[in-house]
Amino acid sequence: MAEFTLPANSKVGVGDTYKAPAGASRIKTFKVYRWTPDDGKNPRLDTYEVDLATCGPMILDALIKIKNEVDSSLTFRRSCREGVCGSCAMNIDGTNTLACTKYIDDVKGDIRIYPLPHMPVVRDLVPDLTVPYAQLASIEPWLKSTTQPPTRERLQSPEERAKLDGLWECILCFCCSTACPSYWWQGERYLGPAILLQAYRWLADSRDEAKGERLDNLEDPFRLYRCHTIMNCTKTCPKGLNPAKAIAEIKKLLIERTV
Amino acid sequence: MSVANRPVHRPLSPHLQVYRPQLTSVLSILHRATGVALAVGALYLALWVICATSPRAYVTFQSFNTSLLGRFVLGGWLFSAFYHLCNGIRHLFWDAGYGFELKDAYRSGWIVVGVSLVATIVSWIVGLRLI
Repeated sequence: MAEFTLPANSKVGVGDTYKAPAGASRIKTFKVYRWTPDDGKNPRLDTYEVDLATCGPMILDALIKIKNEVDSSLTFRRSCREGVCGSCAMNIDGTNTLACTKYIDDVKGDIRIYPLPHMPVVRDLVPDLTVPYAQLASIEPWLKSTTQPPTRERLQSPEERAKLDGLWECILCFCCSTACPSYWWQGERYLGPAILLQAYRWLADSRDEAKGERLDNLEDPFRLYRCHTIMNCTKTCPKGLNPAKAIAEIKKLLIERTV
Repeated sequence: MSVANRPVHRPLSPHLQVYRPQLTSVLSILHRATGVALAVGALYLALWVICATSPRAYVTFQSFNTSLLGRFVLGGWLFSAFYHLCNGIRHLFWDAGYGFELKDAYRSGWIVVGVSLVATIVSWIVGLRLI
């Protein structure tokens, strides 16, 4: 059931403020969500003043600068720093995106950074992704076939291959799923846009032979049909993909096979 | 118990509190809200009909309808009907697989808002002329 307010242990308090060093010329204020399991306290919003004159252009650059120079306990996931790995997905300035591909200059005023919304927090900006990963496993995201394997690669025509464009590029950062109000309220039963886009990626693959079985697994009031075409997913995808459209295609496939 | 073995009560990260309202989500929740308003409006219509059985009750009911608050309620109901209708048509296009590009979804969203506002105002004016 939808709970619109945060539980008592999750309400965000005011945190510490770290002033910019003397002589800083271009100061930008970052307000960052902090929580540690170690002290039994509620989450807080720490304020860091960063001198952009000595900082890289991306939000991730600022977070790394804060971690290196101000507070080494600041915790976040990051790896590729170029929008390929999906590790640094977080809520920046009110929408979900990758810290590594979001320009600091694109945000007017103070920059507020939270973990991906409506997820259990492991620490600071690190959400617990156990549930979405389990949901990914549930759609069996691999090629399934019942026929004898060919002696060479499974061939696709250029047209068949083109159907996977806009699907294979997903990096599983879960920006879309955690931007979706339906996923907020029903996240343990609704698969969410990221997983459904993956589900459609295998439905759209000409080499896959488990289409019926895959559709059977998706035909469920919660797993698929909690999508109400809000389109926050498509709006927020840092890779410019369209999970809402992929979900609509699944719904169309389900209708097509019943008529 | 050592720190490592202590059960952790993880906080839930902020959601509605921090997520920026945008056309996609605002129009969606407005669709839900106008749907509820139409259901309540149907009861209001039933009450209106019931009041029509007694002249005194009808006068009382009409005096509310013509009050400022009454006009606001009726205007809101009218807008709800038009918005829910227009956005329902938008949903039918989506169900058929059209209009999913972000710029199309924004354009259709603004069209729905514009058309339902204009339809509300026009039918309000026409309604007053007919009385």
